Amino acid sequence: MSELPGDLMYTSEHEWLRREDDGSISIGVTDHAQAALGDFVYVELPEVGQDVESGGDMAVVESVKAASDVYAPIDGKVVAVNDGLSDDPETINSDPYGEGWIVKIEPAGEIDEGALLTPDAYQALLDEEEV
Amino acid sequence: MPFIPHTEKDTEEMLEAIGAPDLDALFDEIPKDLMIESLDGVPDAMSEMAIKRLMQERAAQDGAPMCFIGAGAYDHHVPQAVWDIATRSEFYTAYTPYQAEASQGTLQTIYEYQTMIAELTGLDVSNASLYDGASALAEAALMAVRGNRKNKSGRILLAPGVNPTYEKVAAVIAGAQNITFERLEMDSVTGNTVADLPDDEAPVAIAIQQPSFPGTLEDVDRLTDWAHERGAFVIGIVNPTSLALLKAPGHWGEAGVDIACGEGQPLGVPLSSGGPYFGFMTCKQKHVRQMPGRIIGRTTDLDGQPGFTLTLQAREQHIRRSKATSNICTNQGLMVTAATIYMALVGFHGLRSIACRSHQNTARLVDGLTALDGVERLFEGPYFHEVALRLDRPVGAVLEALSERNILGGFDLQPMYPDLGNALLVCATETKTDADIEAFVAALGEVLAEGNGRSA
Repeated sequence: MSELPGDLMYTSEHEWLRREDDGSISIGVTDHAQAALGDFVYVELPEVGQDVESGGDMAVVESVKAASDVYAPIDGKVVAVNDGLSDDPETINSDPYGEGWIVKIEPAGEIDEGALLTPDAYQALLDEEEV
Repeated sequence: MPFIPHTEKDTEEMLEAIGAPDLDALFDEIPKDLMIESLDGVPDAMSEMAIKRLMQERAAQDGAPMCFIGAGAYDHHVPQAVWDIATRSEFYTAYTPYQAEASQGTLQTIYEYQTMIAELTGLDVSNASLYDGASALAEAALMAVRGNRKNKSGRILLAPGVNPTYEKVAAVIAGAQNITFERLEMDSVTGNTVADLPDDEAPVAIAIQQPSFPGTLEDVDRLTDWAHERGAFVIGIVNPTSLALLKAPGHWGEAGVDIACGEGQPLGVPLSSGGPYFGFMTCKQKHVRQMPGRIIGRTTDLDGQPGFTLTLQAREQHIRRSKATSNICTNQGLMVTAATIYMALVGFHGLRSIACRSHQNTARLVDGLTALDGVERLFEGPYFHEVALRLDRPVGAVLEALSERNILGGFDLQPMYPDLGNALLVCATETKTDADIEAFVAALGEVLAEGNGRSA
């Protein structure tokens, strides 16, 4: 299992969040999630400008095994979507924390970091799941 | 002989294994007020011999009338080979394949069905079928709402010729998801959608039926382009036989419809008092991920041999649970097998001659009937194999009098379209001979002359 990037926040739904310089939050799925789901064949992206609510579905990633929801980890508005995934959904498999980002959200207010996981806490969750 | 394989002892052992005190305990989730204590309306059991006798008597009461009713289900000739082949045990005993790839024959049949239906409707992809035409419209509506994400209105417009029963079914299935159906106005001269289309908020989709339920032919190009200009999806509801003569929905207007659906019964499925039938659905490639149901694809196996497989099943209910594209996404496997054999057997030219003959017979019938006093066409314009007529008296009593003469003389449109008055919808398929048509004309002439229903 590869090392988790230390500059990201994580969720128990196997998503990651990165705070960008412009204040927006990039969101994707973790290396663990892409490995578990297998080769992605399709990504259904939300509309730019759409409001999202923490816990609500925001996108769908479809692999050869399953179609899974990507949940919004925070409240906010979608300010960008990774259109490149429409043609190359497997980018999520090859570079989940980089080019494989899925959406950028402008958070509505302060992010409740207590509701998210640190790299250590997420690693602990993965260790627990493996047992 | 109850034909129940397990004994009382087996039942007791099974109950004990799962820790249930008795059989009733298995149903205790059902609220008491929904349970019926006794079945008073059900008579005591009869012997096999007695029940067979009773059923033969009941069947004889139906007689063998000549059927001139269409209205969604059509009396076509079904070649003997269709059901001789479809009822072979290899096809007949196979339900939806749970171990799909082990059933290559079933998958190949569905693949061939999909290929032919896609070609007939002029669209890119087909699913493996749905329950019937009505539920296919409901699924098409749900699919349009999923696919047309920019429009959140949930409002679907229906051309006036959409089968009213389909609307009812679609409203029940899709209504719970805040999808509403609204009818466009009918032009009383043509029976089609009015020339002036409303300029209000854009709908998420429009459904157009061709031929329309009252038998007219819509200007489908105009309606399709009008809807697309407004960002709406277009759903074409079509009669598969008619597509041998009429423009396929994939070619309506500039861009073609987004989704086509309809009732598959005319393709080799007997009338059978209303079912089972099957619904078909095809769409443009770009909407394929929103299409409900199974889709079979052709591929190559590890040895490079051609084979068939389920494709895009990641969105089916066994994987997606409540988020599946549909939770009634079974297919009508046996009916589809019959339809596939039917289409392969008659071929496109055969289907075309069936469609032509049906049209010619209907034209002959309409000429004969409208020569009678008190019978005229309700709408002007061309038609396929169904025509609405106006009678000078209520239709119900006339149909009753005809049925006493062993003729099912058509469908009374008034309960569904009250504004149309005394409106009778008639249909003559390729099964009707000149003598049949003359007999119907003569019988209606007698019935009208006798004054049946005039006082009603």
